[in-house]
Amino acid sequence: MIHRLLPHPGLSALLLALWLIVFNSLNPGVALIGAGFAVAVPLFSAPFWPERAQLRFGWPLVAYVLLVLYDIVVANFHVAKLIVFKANKDFRPAWLSVPLDLHSAEAITVLAGTISLTPGTVSVDVSTDGRHLLVHALHTDDPEGEIALIKQRYERRLKEIFA
Amino acid sequence: MTPILSTALDALVAFLIVLGGLFALIGSWGLAKLPALMTRLHGPTKATTLGVGAILVASMVWFPLHGGSFSSHELLITLFLFLSAPISANMIAKAYIHRRFRRCSAPEDVESDLPAPPGRGTDWATFGQHADAPADPSVSQNLQGPRQDA
Repeated sequence: MIHRLLPHPGLSALLLALWLIVFNSLNPGVALIGAGFAVAVPLFSAPFWPERAQLRFGWPLVAYVLLVLYDIVVANFHVAKLIVFKANKDFRPAWLSVPLDLHSAEAITVLAGTISLTPGTVSVDVSTDGRHLLVHALHTDDPEGEIALIKQRYERRLKEIFA
Repeated sequence: MTPILSTALDALVAFLIVLGGLFALIGSWGLAKLPALMTRLHGPTKATTLGVGAILVASMVWFPLHGGSFSSHELLITLFLFLSAPISANMIAKAYIHRRFRRCSAPEDVESDLPAPPGRGTDWATFGQHADAPADPSVSQNLQGPRQDA
């Protein structure tokens, strides 16, 4: 019964949280309307995601978000230093082909977004069979090491989060 | 609130605004200075997220401090920025490799340093057909449009 009413509990919680943030209040009336939408929207949009991603809510997810936020700050200083202090001729940009162990489209999307937000890399494309991710690095002396870092730091953690 | 704490928070706000402005400036400078499109893409996707982020945090601290009410909208702006920055960068990069590597009319203009994904019969998704795509070749022709390369 509760599963029929709330097919996506995570999405419902996210919608309610967004609603409260948009209204910038914890007023019960606002929360009630928000809760109504949080129940209705996943119900009516359920046909759009026949294969729902199995997300484990827990400490690994929180740890991943904190890690990515920390890396975004570090990446900003890193890239800013490269832009300001490095001559254009010294840049060694590289295309990286990252082999993927993740299977679900949602997990690969999160990984690609993480790569784009963190140290000197932008994800560009995925291979047709979904086994490789094309990544562009701004400056790297060690492409293999960069690939290993992405797999070790982000993909390993995402495998724990997406069942 | 004690004056000393208020001064400290003001100093924090000032620091965050200067930091944010600096990062926004460096991101834009990278966009202007770096040599090629793919390297230029790194300036706006990284440096600017922290630039805008720092200014938004400063705004969240300043308004309650100076008589305004707390506003949570800055959190939403940050969230939407983190959602949209990688996607727009991804779209620009995909359009770039699509035009640059396989569809050029002049062969000498084609760079060959884009790695192909290992494995038989696979290609990057922007060039190829997904495995789930309809097998009927006329359908795929219509979807993709005429290929200009041989």
